[in-house]
Amino acid sequence: MNPAIGYIAIVAVALVSAVIGFYGLRVSRTTSDFYVASRTVRPWWNASAIGGEYLSAASFLGIAGLILLTGASALWFPIGYTAGYLMLLLFVAAPLRRSGAYTIPDFTEARLESLTARRVTSLLVIVVGWFYIVPQLQGAALTVRITTGLPSWAGSLAVAVIVAVVVAAGGMRAITFVQAFQFWLKLTALAVPVVALLLVVGAGDATAELPPVAAFPPAAGPGDLDVYRTVSLMVALLFGTLGLPHVLVRFYTNPDGAAARRTTVIVLVLLSVFYLFPTVFGFLGRAFAPDLAAPGDADALILLLPDRLVPGPLGDLLTALVIAGAFAAFLSTSSGLVVSLAGVISQDLLGGSVRGFRIAAIVSTVVPLVVALATESAGLAGSVGLVFAFTASTLCPMLILGIWWRGLTARGAISGMLTGAVLSAAAILGGGALGAAAPGLRPFLEQPAAWTAPIAMLVTVVASRFDRRGAPPGTEAYLTRLHVPERN
Amino acid sequence: MPESMLLAAALGALGGALAVGLVLFLRRLVLASKELGTDAEQATYQTLHLASRAAKHLRGGIDGPDAQRAGKHLRALLGADSLAIADRAGTIAIDGDDAVRQLAERLVGEVLAGGRAQVQRRIPVGAWETDAVAAPIVGRTGPVGAIVAFASPVRAGLVRATGEVADWVAAQVELGELDASRAALAEAEVRALRAQISPHFIYNSLNAIASFINTDPQKARELVLEFADFTRYSFRRHGDFTTVAEELRSIDSYLRLERARFGERLKVTLQIAPEVLSTVVPFLSIQPLVENAVRHGLESKEGGGRITIEAADSGAYAELSVEDDGVGIDPEVLAGVLAGAPAGGEHVGLRNVDARLRQVYGEEYGLVVETNLGAGTLVRMRVPKAGPRRDGRITP
Repeated sequence: MNPAIGYIAIVAVALVSAVIGFYGLRVSRTTSDFYVASRTVRPWWNASAIGGEYLSAASFLGIAGLILLTGASALWFPIGYTAGYLMLLLFVAAPLRRSGAYTIPDFTEARLESLTARRVTSLLVIVVGWFYIVPQLQGAALTVRITTGLPSWAGSLAVAVIVAVVVAAGGMRAITFVQAFQFWLKLTALAVPVVALLLVVGAGDATAELPPVAAFPPAAGPGDLDVYRTVSLMVALLFGTLGLPHVLVRFYTNPDGAAARRTTVIVLVLLSVFYLFPTVFGFLGRAFAPDLAAPGDADALILLLPDRLVPGPLGDLLTALVIAGAFAAFLSTSSGLVVSLAGVISQDLLGGSVRGFRIAAIVSTVVPLVVALATESAGLAGSVGLVFAFTASTLCPMLILGIWWRGLTARGAISGMLTGAVLSAAAILGGGALGAAAPGLRPFLEQPAAWTAPIAMLVTVVASRFDRRGAPPGTEAYLTRLHVPERN
Repeated sequence: MPESMLLAAALGALGGALAVGLVLFLRRLVLASKELGTDAEQATYQTLHLASRAAKHLRGGIDGPDAQRAGKHLRALLGADSLAIADRAGTIAIDGDDAVRQLAERLVGEVLAGGRAQVQRRIPVGAWETDAVAAPIVGRTGPVGAIVAFASPVRAGLVRATGEVADWVAAQVELGELDASRAALAEAEVRALRAQISPHFIYNSLNAIASFINTDPQKARELVLEFADFTRYSFRRHGDFTTVAEELRSIDSYLRLERARFGERLKVTLQIAPEVLSTVVPFLSIQPLVENAVRHGLESKEGGGRITIEAADSGAYAELSVEDDGVGIDPEVLAGVLAGAPAGGEHVGLRNVDARLRQVYGEEYGLVVETNLGAGTLVRMRVPKAGPRRDGRITP
């Protein structure tokens, strides 16, 4: 593959994102007309922005790679990633918007009237954010290695530097526009190549390396799924979405709870459309590039397939497009996360100054960068799935109970969050060693959400019940505010 | 991640936790064995320590949720077998043997009625007997509660100490009330500082409208409606907070009225990030800045000028700024005004907004003003998007 294509695509995406971030607001929103200036973001725009922020390396590269590796069982990932927004719609979107809280720690503090609970939540948000950024940087490393031939670390470093500089310099002022742009770029970057590849394949110009029976063996079909693993994965993905810090802050842009709901519905539609394309890519890969099916390399399927099936300039063009899309995915998710993390870190630790925000932005990129450089990617979709499992066992029980149960107390929330954090972190980190010792436990350690999330929920409820102090005095008023629709 | 790496990370975390635990344990040992001084010094320390721990729980009032927790420390302080704390309504929290509850109720009733401490000896409680000393907790308006210490036997020292502890508890409760009234005062101050619509503006607007009534009745009608909108917003009684979008609407009305006087000499540029439109800000916190820019920046400048209003998204904060290219303010005068010096009505809008921002969000969230004579004025504010903690009532 011609490395120049890679360079051009990467530089172009980084430049365009930075330019929109720095100047988008100035161009689109400078006016002397108050009516124009006070127009709120339409749900369509906001939904695109949420999609742009949400679709990460795991969605763009990881799903196709996982389908190539494991076949039909990987299809649960796009289903879970999308259906998480159904949970968000049902349980969280409108009440959280009405709460007026900007971040999850803000919500915790307002609901539980406890600074300790806020601190614990902030800590968890920071951990979740860091470990969510790691797969993005690993995806960047893979992309740069495959497409330009540079060493892996160059990719992680490049993305980390771009994100840290742009965020610290205040370049995410027009964050809604940037993220919405990234979403449509990602969608185009997958949709156009898929259509082109299907045309080529349909015309019989390419020959499958494997006959369909070998590429799609019935044994690897839906009938062969492990029930526990599937259920656990769904719990993680459905409930993990509720606690993602970078997604929730986007809902603040909606003017009211009703708009938050409308936005969520549109996000569901946008994601459903988007996930068609990596799925098709994955299945094309199984038939036409089975040699890529090795752990670690499978995630590069989307980057390599266009060149294999369509040689020549058209193939180069398609490759450039998918590289641009992949970089849009790394940049948008990481910068969204860094903005939210820097907000939380600067507010809770550095007094909320502008300088504090800059320092926090750099800290929020350096830590994941170090982790990304020190570890090897074990499959992007899988790593992100584990972050979802962690979120589902920590922040999600607190959010759901905080919104829907008046009995939740600060101590209950703290004990639940800590229990969930310890259990799921132990399963995720120590799973490899323990699993080798006791193979029977393996599925439970590799997909912990199905037991850690309910235990965390249970501990929260029990600890709240036994808390002598009871729920804070303002609970009734706060819950009323969360659940009563706005008058307009 | 390879398993060896994960294993190493897990072991590292475990080792770190163990090391921290060991250090804490050793530190405790060292501190415990340290020479703590003479017996008298130790006793003083012990007393003050118990008192300060009890004080924390008494600040919420004698009938507060934590008063019972104070009982534990007070009992240790007095060295009594059991201790009862009762509030005015007769709700009793007992630390120690719960069998004395009935007895405590009777004693509390007598003490609250009599208002004097009393000692009773040899009272049977079930199969055994105890002595009791009860003392009223006297607040400003008379007894607010009582404490009863049970011991067998009650010596003179305990009687005196119980009286002293009751007085001390009364002092703590009063301090707690002081805290509460301080908070209430701060809230009242915010209410009192709520920006007032300026009489100059009403006068000028009505004059401007009057001048159009004959020449351009249609425009005069529009201006009157604009005036009605603006005053309705400014005079509204409910809610101390509003959104940036609402505030912009009021600024729009205000500027339309001012334009009736200024005509084309008053130009406006807006740059509002849509992310901050729903940010909650104190009621009338941006409009006074615009009014200040018009009245003190542009009114006295020949040929008018331009006002730039910006609202930018900055992570968990919204940054709002109002800039004019008018005559500027003498920095010394401005510093005086913001510090509270009488300025004959000049820039009171700025001072008012500054004081309210500090009151609501904290000292570091005041206005930042960059100005000099002839150099225009830039006023900036920075508010947390999460809204005020005290009371987030938003009324759309």
